[in-house]
Amino acid sequence: MAHDTEVLVLGGGSTGCGIARDLAMRGLEVTLVERGNLTDGTTGRMHGLLHSGGRYAVSDQASATECIEENEVLREIAGHCVEMTGGLFVQRPEDPDDYFREKLEGCRECNIPARVLSGREAREVEPYLAKDVKRAIEVPDGAVDPFRLCVANAIDAENHGARIETHAEVVDLLRDGDDIYGVKVRHDSGPGKRTHGASGTTEEITADYVVNATGAWAGQIGAMANLDVEVRPSKGVMTIMNVRQVDTVINRCRPKGDADIVVPHETTAILGTTDEEVDDPDDYPEEEWEVDHMIDTLSELVPILQEARTIRSFWGVRPLYEPPGTGTDDPTDITRDFFLLDHDERDGVAGMSSIVGGKFTTYRMMAEQISDHVCDKLGVTASCATAEEPLPGSENISVLEDGMDDFGLRSPIARRSKQRLGSRAADVLDTDAANPVICQCEGVTRAEIQDAISQSGSDLNAVRIRTRASMGNCQGGFCCQNMANELHPEYDEPTVRAALDELFQERWKGERHALWGEQLSQAMLNYALHATTMNRDNDPASAADPIGYEAFDGGRTRTEPRTDGGQ
Amino acid sequence: MAIEDDVLVIGGGIAGATAALAAAERDARVRLVTYKQSTLRHASGLIDILGYTPAGDGPLIDPFDALEDLPEGHPYERVGAETVRDALSFFDDVAGDAYAGEHTDANALVPTHGGTVKPTARYPASTAAGLASDPRDALLVGFETLPDFEAPLAAAHLEAAGAPFETRGVTLSFPGIVRDDAKVTRYAHLLDQDETVETAAGTTTAREALAERVRSQLDDEPRVGFPAVLGDERADEVRADLADAIGVDVFEVPMGPPSLPGMRLEDLLYDALEAAGVAVTSGVPVIDYETNGDADRIDRVVVDRHGAEIPHRADQYVLATGGLVGKGVRSERDRVFEPIFDCHVSHAEDRYDWFVDDVFGDQPYARFGLAPDRELRPLDATDDPEFANLRAAGAVLGGYDFAAEKSGAGVSLATGYAAGRRAGEECGD
Repeated sequence: MAHDTEVLVLGGGSTGCGIARDLAMRGLEVTLVERGNLTDGTTGRMHGLLHSGGRYAVSDQASATECIEENEVLREIAGHCVEMTGGLFVQRPEDPDDYFREKLEGCRECNIPARVLSGREAREVEPYLAKDVKRAIEVPDGAVDPFRLCVANAIDAENHGARIETHAEVVDLLRDGDDIYGVKVRHDSGPGKRTHGASGTTEEITADYVVNATGAWAGQIGAMANLDVEVRPSKGVMTIMNVRQVDTVINRCRPKGDADIVVPHETTAILGTTDEEVDDPDDYPEEEWEVDHMIDTLSELVPILQEARTIRSFWGVRPLYEPPGTGTDDPTDITRDFFLLDHDERDGVAGMSSIVGGKFTTYRMMAEQISDHVCDKLGVTASCATAEEPLPGSENISVLEDGMDDFGLRSPIARRSKQRLGSRAADVLDTDAANPVICQCEGVTRAEIQDAISQSGSDLNAVRIRTRASMGNCQGGFCCQNMANELHPEYDEPTVRAALDELFQERWKGERHALWGEQLSQAMLNYALHATTMNRDNDPASAADPIGYEAFDGGRTRTEPRTDGGQ
Repeated sequence: MAIEDDVLVIGGGIAGATAALAAAERDARVRLVTYKQSTLRHASGLIDILGYTPAGDGPLIDPFDALEDLPEGHPYERVGAETVRDALSFFDDVAGDAYAGEHTDANALVPTHGGTVKPTARYPASTAAGLASDPRDALLVGFETLPDFEAPLAAAHLEAAGAPFETRGVTLSFPGIVRDDAKVTRYAHLLDQDETVETAAGTTTAREALAERVRSQLDDEPRVGFPAVLGDERADEVRADLADAIGVDVFEVPMGPPSLPGMRLEDLLYDALEAAGVAVTSGVPVIDYETNGDADRIDRVVVDRHGAEIPHRADQYVLATGGLVGKGVRSERDRVFEPIFDCHVSHAEDRYDWFVDDVFGDQPYARFGLAPDRELRPLDATDDPEFANLRAAGAVLGGYDFAAEKSGAGVSLATGYAAGRRAGEECGD
């Protein structure tokens, strides 16, 4: 039977993109399919913490050791996605001393650089820490942009010949007896970059081997071949503040609990999180109390959070898994380790493995081990190089920043563009055309938007995750329209309108959970700009019935129309 | 010693300015205090009365037809349809030639920067030649450094909206703009001052250089539309000069913030306030108030003038501090409130009932505000007036969704006019 690709990776999150890059670099022919955008699942819905491993130093030392190793690798290969903020494990008076001591010892046992700061020293590092904070352990936690990192993996996979198909939902597994040989996907608008409003097609993609890297959705894929993949999706809420109240990662130093971390991320700080098992990764309640709980509990560490402006909240689902028979009730007790389920060995169904569990910081290491497994299955001997080869954007960053012109941009904007683009900055920003700022909150220029459009078609949410445009204070109220304008003339007016509507709705989705104070004012302003000034809620172009223009005021009768053409 | 007036208006947007003007017309001594920059710089400068009914029917050809059927509690129902007409006439007198549309009751359809059309009752003179309900063909001109207005896209959108004429869009570079991020006021200033600019053909003036670039693009269209950057203080002169030099009618397409038509409207209103003898104090917040013995009348308010607390006493007060955007209505996680007098604001207890999931759905938060009686006195939770001598006007009122109805400026005018007139009358009693 003819086959389309050697390896078919299902899922465009960090794990899937990491696997695609790894295998493509080893010379294999790879196709990746993703239901939505890259990062649409769990990867795009995390707090952006680059673990030092400190978090697991007591409960799960194997994970902790992996984290610190990968932390160091990612600083090297993905410098443009990482900000080494450092982190503090902060002890309040009511938090147990025993645990503080265990945490410190655990860090040392796992080779995680750690030192103790007094309460006063900790407040010198982070002035907004509560006055009664007792002491803290300093560790090399960092912030990582999961969007940028995941996209960089996908781009590099493509650079090595892989085919990356987003908006391609797996609707069936192709199976011949006990052998899975591919999938059937439904393209949102056709193969390749998505275009809004274009009608979809289905496609059968055959492969020598299929890797199910769909995380919390792995059970749904497994069910298509009657395989039991018992992931236990667990939801967590994250609340985004409009400024960085803290510049280092702040963790609560106590055994476990919800709402125990603040991660500074670009211009924002992200509060996290809860851990609650859900039945369906696509359908679970997003509740008011969860948001309140984040703010109220984390205010015990950083009191000004109580009064601060939040700009949105979002929920993600962890792809938790534990081997059958463990019988854990509390999802916080389930290991963050990952599992490779070889369905041939486990279920007698050949041609596919599923990857479940795991965590973002160690995505590359997971990808390496899975890729080793796939190569083993296919009899390929190539070895992994992903720990040494920098990702696109992270080659020669230091050299570049020293010598690069600012491309005629105002300096804060140029600096931010360079941070986002890394070593790709010169390629993207070196343009003769006018390059105005499109998103004022995040300082994103036309050249960056156009670069993202060239990667992702008319999908403005894909443009958003590549550039951060529409992710600042105004949550797109001021810039959604301008982002959409950039799609024209490559895309026609109805396509642009559909893309704008989708982005505007998506921005509203998270903002609903921050509807009080400044952000409610902002929401009203956004609504007014789009409904009042632009009449987008009653756009005649989208209306069922045409307007009888002649019945409306056409202006005063004119005496003499001008026809002299300026002569 | 307290500053004493007959009428004190708090808030400097359309509602506050109209209230002050209407009160001054009754020979009252009027003072207006404003805190922040008004939200007019966010507004299009169009004066809508009603474009759609609360049920979503529209666009309405005649907004006055629909006023009788508005639900009880709607600000227009509170003041009555006749007052809406009177208020609009009042505005027409204040605006003079700066606004058009008074020759008919029918709404005009105005193209805005996204290429949609919007029903409105009065429009700035700068917009008059651009109506979508005018069947002449049009050329839209955008500028590569102004990403808010993509003229070819707007032209295609107008076509999709069924506009009864041909529209083309072109994108040009703006003569004399060297920075990619010049503010819209910079464009306006260039044209206002008719500055000298360098072009490929040599040195010329900004207006002539712009006209020259547009002339070469013209294909017999009798009108040309620009984003709303055609001058600030001398906008009429700029537009007339461009029309002469290009040889066709010239109009502006309203844009988002910062909006020059909105700022020009603000200037127009403040000029009128000055002419009417209204004392205006800007940049100061009202931070407190005191009642008289019975607590049903406001005796005075306290204004924070750069740290000094200055009492302002008046016989009548008008509250026109805006809605959620203008911060006349504020919120916290568990409540919505009016921050100066703590007038009652009705809202669901659970903030997850303040919104619906569709961004353009029937949003409860959009209706937050004070519920007034028919004299526009804010009512408390038991439907009694909060104070005998306090009226409210404009977006601080609730019970209507100005964004969906396209009724923001109209409600501000009608309620500002009604509240100011009433305040001016009562202080003489």
